[in-house]
Amino acid sequence: MKKVLELKNVHTYYGHIHALKGIDLEVGEGEIVTLIGANGAGKTTTLRTISGMIHPREGEVLFEGVAVHHLPAHQIVKRGVGHVPEGRRIFPRLTVEENLEIGAYLQNDRQEIERRKAEVFELFPRLAERRRQLGGTLSGGEQQMLAIGRALMQDPRILLLDEPSMGLAPVLVDVIFETVAELNKRGKTILLVEQNALKALEVAHRGYVLQTGEITLAGPAKELAQNEEVKKAYLGG
Amino acid sequence: MLEVLIQLLPSVLLEGLILGFVYAMIALGYTMVYGVLELINFAHSEIFMSGAVAGAETFILLKAAVPNPFILLALAILIGGAVAAIVAILVERLAYRPLRRRGTTNRLVPLITAIGASFFLQDLVRLIEGLWHNAFYRRYPSFEVFEATYTLPNLLGSVIILLTLWIVFWVLAYFAYWIYRAATGTKGVSRRASRGLWIASLVLTLLVAVIDRGTVFGDLGLTIQMKSILVVVISFAMLYGLNWLVHKTKLGIAIRAVAQDAQTASLMGIDPDVIITYTFLIGGFLGGVAGVLFGLLYTLVHPYVGFIPGIKAFTAAVLGGIGNITGAALGGLVLGMLEMLGGTYLTFLTNGAMGTEYKDILAFAILIFILLFRPQGIMGEQVGEKV
Ligand SMILES: Nc1ncnc2c1ncn2[C@@H]1O[C@H](COP(=O)(O)OP(=O)(O)OP(=O)(O)O)[C@@H](O)[C@H]1O
Ligand SMILES: [Mg+2]
Repeated sequence: MKKVLELKNVHTYYGHIHALKGIDLEVGEGEIVTLIGANGAGKTTTLRTISGMIHPREGEVLFEGVAVHHLPAHQIVKRGVGHVPEGRRIFPRLTVEENLEIGAYLQNDRQEIERRKAEVFELFPRLAERRRQLGGTLSGGEQQMLAIGRALMQDPRILLLDEPSMGLAPVLVDVIFETVAELNKRGKTILLVEQNALKALEVAHRGYVLQTGEITLAGPAKELAQNEEVKKAYLGG
Repeated sequence: MLEVLIQLLPSVLLEGLILGFVYAMIALGYTMVYGVLELINFAHSEIFMSGAVAGAETFILLKAAVPNPFILLALAILIGGAVAAIVAILVERLAYRPLRRRGTTNRLVPLITAIGASFFLQDLVRLIEGLWHNAFYRRYPSFEVFEATYTLPNLLGSVIILLTLWIVFWVLAYFAYWIYRAATGTKGVSRRASRGLWIASLVLTLLVAVIDRGTVFGDLGLTIQMKSILVVVISFAMLYGLNWLVHKTKLGIAIRAVAQDAQTASLMGIDPDVIITYTFLIGGFLGGVAGVLFGLLYTLVHPYVGFIPGIKAFTAAVLGGIGNITGAALGGLVLGMLEMLGGTYLTFLTNGAMGTEYKDILAFAILIFILLFRPQGIMGEQVGEKV
């Protein structure tokens, strides 16, 4: 399988805080890989390091075989990394449609933009109904749909999702996970960060367990779900 | 006396509106930069000045070669705007960007830098002009077509009077009612009461119109000069163009996205530095054009000409709600009109004891008053949200 993304011995710091202590991770083409771990383990930091919002002090991030960890975020995005950040980060005073348009900032072909928009609206009909509404006035679930839709407008080679189910009602959590599976079926490669380890391991092919900045376990999702340690720590017994 | 006050109203407000358009265009530069960088670009008054001076040079240099004053004005606007835009971009590159790169978090540092850039630009222009002409005052040439005066229909004056009276009555009534509510221990004004006040003040206005119909519908002698018409038309076109750019183009959406959340904008593939450069370019161009229009209206320009209009326009931006584009335009218009009202009525009411040199007192007193009620500005959001 072709590797889309590879992290080799990545160390990331916030000032003196050593947040990532030598992460090794890879995502193959067409895979859903999940990264699970407790609060403060470094999941968000891992995604931020991949998309260039913070730069590692040591180690390498390879995207399709090319080192990208020294590039600024906007250039990494250009290569095909779509990042749905923690907390959605919708542009509150842009309309739903403008949020989507800005997702396709790098695309100049109007027809292609319209095609992608139609696809997002097909995936999330709720957004189509609210296209003229300001992003900041959407409900939490709608904002999450918009955040995912906005990243899809980039038609990224890999989609990084940071806790897409956070703070959502159970029905919506299911909708989001179904969407993740559906996107993968349509060919998207996905790196999914989740607190909801049970659901994440259900939908993913492989998983990594992150603990205070280090990968402590890795393997096929089904095996991780059966692992005693994982069960005890993340699956509620 | 009341009659004279009413009679003066349309021409005073018209003058104020014309000046207000100039303020509005300068104010946009402050507000747009604040929107994306949360920085008050105090050098903006000198960006305006460089446009004004470049416009004067264009007029003077090309006067012989280009006999048509309108084409000449168009060239001066293009060159004045372009020079100001380039100066704005250079200020950003050389003064602000290095500070951003170092991750300076102290808000005072860029502020001091801005003030430094201001002084630097004043003296640089003075040096250039001094070496070039041996003098740093420049005059916009006057053209007969631009000075030509046109009489406006009396009806327009009547409409202006009625609208103004209505607004003034409403403000007074609203304020009185607000004090009454506060005194009786309740807060705010309900929607229904507010509508009632609108209607009551309209009735009062119509009453005045009927009683004093001789003045209100009489001969008001409202006139306007060609150059003022040009200022209004050009400013209006530019404000309209800016509105279109900010709301309908990809660049405009990107500017607003960066203003709201630069980090997330970079996740959309937007290079925030590019957007910041465009913001300075647009704000600088508008400021430079405002400089040329200012020169057209007031003739004399020099390296220190930016200070007063700059402060006024900054105030207008705050009045409108800093970071808000529509607010800046409105704030400029309001400030221009207040200033003219202050100038005329203060002289008149004090029998000349306080001349036009005190005009800003009234204007700024009213400003402080408005900001007491709406600290976030006319169009501003509650603290925590921007552009
Ligand atoms: N901007 C920052 N400055 C300093 N320390 C930070 C910063 N962001 C994160 N950290 C620290 O880095 C560590 C990893 O944080 P991170 O946000 O990556 O965790 P996480 O696994 O995403 O947690 P959660 O599940 O709560 O989102 C934490 O100890 C956190 O306190
Ligand atoms: Mg996190």
